[in-house]
Amino acid sequence: MAQEKSAPAIELINVSRRFLSPTGKSLTAIRDFTMTVERGEFVAVVGPTGCGKSTTLNLVTGLASPSAGEVRVMGAPVKGIDSRIGFVFQSDALFPWRTVIENVMAGPLFRGRAKAEATAAARDWLARVGLARFEHHYPHQLSGGMRKRVALAQTFINGPEILLMDEPFSALDVQTRVLMHEELLRLWSEARASVVFVTHDLEEAIALADKVYVLTAGPATVKSVYTIDLPRPRVVADIRYEQSFIDYSRTIWADLKEEVETSYARAAA
Amino acid sequence: MTDATIDIRAGSFRPGTSDAEIEAAAAKAAQHRRRTVIFWRYAILIVFLAAWEVAGRKAWIDPFFYATPSAIAQRLYEWTTEGTSEGPLWYHLYVTMEESVLGFVTGSVAGIIIGVALGRNRMAADIFSIYIKVINSIPRVVLAPIFIMILGLGLASKVALAFIMVFFVVFHNAFQGVREADRAMIANARILGASDWQLTRSVIVPSAMSWIFASLHVSFGFAIIGAIVGEFVGSRYGIGLLINIAKGSFDAAGMYAAIVIIMVVALGAEYLMTMVENRLAKWRPQPLHETQ
Repeated sequence: MAQEKSAPAIELINVSRRFLSPTGKSLTAIRDFTMTVERGEFVAVVGPTGCGKSTTLNLVTGLASPSAGEVRVMGAPVKGIDSRIGFVFQSDALFPWRTVIENVMAGPLFRGRAKAEATAAARDWLARVGLARFEHHYPHQLSGGMRKRVALAQTFINGPEILLMDEPFSALDVQTRVLMHEELLRLWSEARASVVFVTHDLEEAIALADKVYVLTAGPATVKSVYTIDLPRPRVVADIRYEQSFIDYSRTIWADLKEEVETSYARAAA
Repeated sequence: MTDATIDIRAGSFRPGTSDAEIEAAAAKAAQHRRRTVIFWRYAILIVFLAAWEVAGRKAWIDPFFYATPSAIAQRLYEWTTEGTSEGPLWYHLYVTMEESVLGFVTGSVAGIIIGVALGRNRMAADIFSIYIKVINSIPRVVLAPIFIMILGLGLASKVALAFIMVFFVVFHNAFQGVREADRAMIANARILGASDWQLTRSVIVPSAMSWIFASLHVSFGFAIIGAIVGEFVGSRYGIGLLINIAKGSFDAAGMYAAIVIIMVVALGAEYLMTMVENRLAKWRPQPLHETQ
């Protein structure tokens, strides 16, 4: 027990994941992938498009299992879907036939909590993301940024200890995205969850994370890891103009650029 | 469509036109459009019926085969006031409706349940798909004599035929709807903590609902077809029997009268279905220019 308590939140040890293509060919999405996420740490994963970034997240959720290697969550191997994990999707994964509050309540209700309790918790979370007035709206009546807020409330209401995010803000416009970054950092600092944030946007990664993992062009493996030593709390809108931010950007981009070019050349060939 | 836009422009707004003026002009244009649509609908119906009537009376077409609107109206009037030669019209209508509704309800419930079950279970779907394809390739109406032989002249054979007409349509759509359910949404529900049953009930079925409803719209019509074809082939009561008897006595007006009755009933059912669907689908985005 004592050992489990001190174990990192997530460990991927020499993990590989292969797929079968529809024609029966074996494709490798990630290989020899090793990553450790400490408790309460915010890790960003960047890499060229289509390199297998999302696969790493699916391995942690238990929706997919590794072909080789080991995935551990809180010190124990992953077996099926772990209730301590929350996931924010790139696409809109809200239930369109449910109102905003019914969407946020979904998690607690699935987990067998009483309806009154779930309603109260959902109200609380909607207030925290600034959507108290929109309880009874349907998702299609909200803007993209508001829908993302609902998705955040829907995830955070379950009190996840681990938060996995798969390019969650990539569909938003730039201004909304900065607001969502602030929102996320605020929620994260309150909840103290461990986060893995997959993105292709390097600046987003540096602005949010404690550590940035750069992946190689597919099959993905870790190319390098950078520790981002910018003070917290951070103001995402301003941090990008600081010299140290720019330095990080330049260094990591030089690293990432090679992989992006490889990936691009391969796609063009 | 173009009328409406031209009408709005006809006011040729100066800079500084108030919103209220624009809205009033738009409302007026919309109303005008609605009236035009209704006018033409009635105009076409009246012209059609009048042409039919005149053609029948002037013997351009043989009224013995084609009847006339007035003769059909006359027959409908007799049937409703005095009853048909086979007893009261209402009883026949009731029998046909009973058969259709029973077949429709059982067929759609079975279609939804089996469609969802097979949609969720790939192995079972692969095993059964061949049988479903085979059975589906049978033109349904040829089953009518078999059902009547097995189940007799009464209610059961017609319900069975209506059932089989409805089942496949609903089944296919339910199955397809389940397959098309968004993957991210399913993953989201599972990570939020949904069990398999919760996933089916609160994610898969609702997301397949628009597919299922699309099939329910057409399948009530199919249920009526099933019931009436069954009645043709062998029955003691029902609208199908009335058509059969009218055919036997060369009573063209009677046949058309029966068709009119079925038309009215089918339209009524369609209207009801749309109402229910609109109720259930209030979460769906409405088109912006909904005028009604």
